[in-house]
Amino acid sequence: MSATYPPLSRKLVNIVMLSLTGLCTLLVVSALLTILVYLLWNGAHALNLNFFIKLPAPVGQSGGGVSNAIVGTLKLLALATVSGVPIGLLGGIYLSEFAGGWSAFTVRYTTDLLNGVPSVVMGIFVYTLVVLPMHHFSTLAGGIALGIMMIPIALRSTEDFLRAVPRSLREGGLALGASKSETIFTIVIPAAIYGILTGIMLDVARVAGETAPLLFTAFGNQFNSPGWLQPTASLPVVIYNYAISPYDEWHQQAWAAGFVLLSGLLVVSILARLVLARGKKMSHG
Amino acid sequence: MAHAALTTSGAPNRAGRLGKKQTWLERLRKGDEVVHLITLAGAWSILVITALLVQHLWVYSRLARHAFGWHFLFTSTWDPVNGQFGAWPFVYGTVVTSVLALIIAIPIGLGSAIFLAELAPRKISNALTFLIELLAAVPSVIYGLVGIFLMIPFLTAAMPYIQKVLGWLPIFSGTFYGVSYFTASVVLAIMVIPFIVSISREVLLAVPVSQREAMMALGATKWDVTWRAVVPYARQGIMGSIFLALARALGETMAVTMVIGNVPQVSTSLLAPGYTIAAVIANEFTEATGDLYLHALIELGLVLFAVTMIINALARLLMLTMKAHEVTG
Repeated sequence: MSATYPPLSRKLVNIVMLSLTGLCTLLVVSALLTILVYLLWNGAHALNLNFFIKLPAPVGQSGGGVSNAIVGTLKLLALATVSGVPIGLLGGIYLSEFAGGWSAFTVRYTTDLLNGVPSVVMGIFVYTLVVLPMHHFSTLAGGIALGIMMIPIALRSTEDFLRAVPRSLREGGLALGASKSETIFTIVIPAAIYGILTGIMLDVARVAGETAPLLFTAFGNQFNSPGWLQPTASLPVVIYNYAISPYDEWHQQAWAAGFVLLSGLLVVSILARLVLARGKKMSHG
Repeated sequence: MAHAALTTSGAPNRAGRLGKKQTWLERLRKGDEVVHLITLAGAWSILVITALLVQHLWVYSRLARHAFGWHFLFTSTWDPVNGQFGAWPFVYGTVVTSVLALIIAIPIGLGSAIFLAELAPRKISNALTFLIELLAAVPSVIYGLVGIFLMIPFLTAAMPYIQKVLGWLPIFSGTFYGVSYFTASVVLAIMVIPFIVSISREVLLAVPVSQREAMMALGATKWDVTWRAVVPYARQGIMGSIFLALARALGETMAVTMVIGNVPQVSTSLLAPGYTIAAVIANEFTEATGDLYLHALIELGLVLFAVTMIINALARLLMLTMKAHEVTG
């Protein structure tokens, strides 16, 4: 290449623009790391044993905890998984194994639509669907709101992982005289089970931090919420209420709650990836 | 509820696989159609849920729709005590914060995507992308928390310097109290950047090598190749990622509610406190006294739903044409 081509000006533009893209990446990564480190630092400082085992203390008293919110969040997530995941699984099996034509298109498109519904709108929907007829807020309503939000991801990940199962496996099953449904339940689903589990775990992690849909379904509670039909506290709503309060003790609690919520999410996300890796290892070896 | 009845349908199949294998499989052999119908019911219950969602939003907003018509969107009086509801301050705040967030996020997000797809060694690129995607999973209430205690003090400290340079612009005039359209936009931008980066990077990586080689053979620099051959080829996918980010920004609730100040006013200055549709719903829904008030808030939800649905549909359409383009071209 001759020394004059490309011209110096274009070389200069090249270097400047390429460094700018590097700078952008640096900015994004450092902003995100700052957020993470700041939260973990503040949260770890605010955390103590009382946080996990005590009920919220009145304003001005120290030593309270949010045990009710931790239990509430776990109950909400259990209910959401039970109500949302089965629909997603069935829908995923349908799309991957049975569907074709307009039915598949409609289901897939509607699922994308449902996935794009703003979470606060989902809260309104479940409020009119469950809370208004029952006349009070409840764990049930919150769980259903989160459950509906879980459906699209459960469906799409199930469909994707089932589709990734090689055609030859299905043909092998059918060639041995198994019916289509036998092949699905004894060959295809077991082959994809780690992937499906990963999808569900990531799905749970995604809705665990949802706040807006819980504000007017599960509402909140200063005390433990017995059963499923009472309003319940949850970690995300506690973070919100404490963060916007004017009290310093509550700010500390919000940091601690944020720390617990986020570490929970990250642990589940990483575990999910490990499950997937294990599945891959098993299918290769 | 449709899904209550369906939750049990997975159990017999699993039981059949482990125990009483023969008899259940015998029955299942003739039961392909049964399995088909059960999964079909699961899939279609999604259609039912979505239809119910639309119907409920429509029915439960009827009082406000009948009382105010289209004026609802364009009048500025929000006076629950006297039963006057005009949503303009919220619509304005939602549009301003989302657009400003995109103005901040697009160059930075696209720049990062180009770096990660075209320049960085694949291992580093994968690691950084993993990090960025992991942080996309951070719940919005935590962005709000960090927004209140980190972003607001930071912007309050930096604002005198920004105003010294840009204060003559009407959009940077006035006193800065920390909570503002601007703060909300910055937080939103940070939240949507991971979407733009991760989708745009995928799309850029999918551009065929021949597209790059052809340009490079003409003696172009690396930047020329990227900007004139690769990015234009991927533009539909990139636009798709931007639309998805926009839809997410419009519907974002908690983080915005915590940093925008929640004042129903319309200001030219970006440094003034404001309000958004999602924020007013989150704040006032449980306190809404009277049916008209509740219906007005649900109508806001309906508007938000309709707008995000249209934008999501556009995004999907762009992605679809991108895929068709790949297959045929």
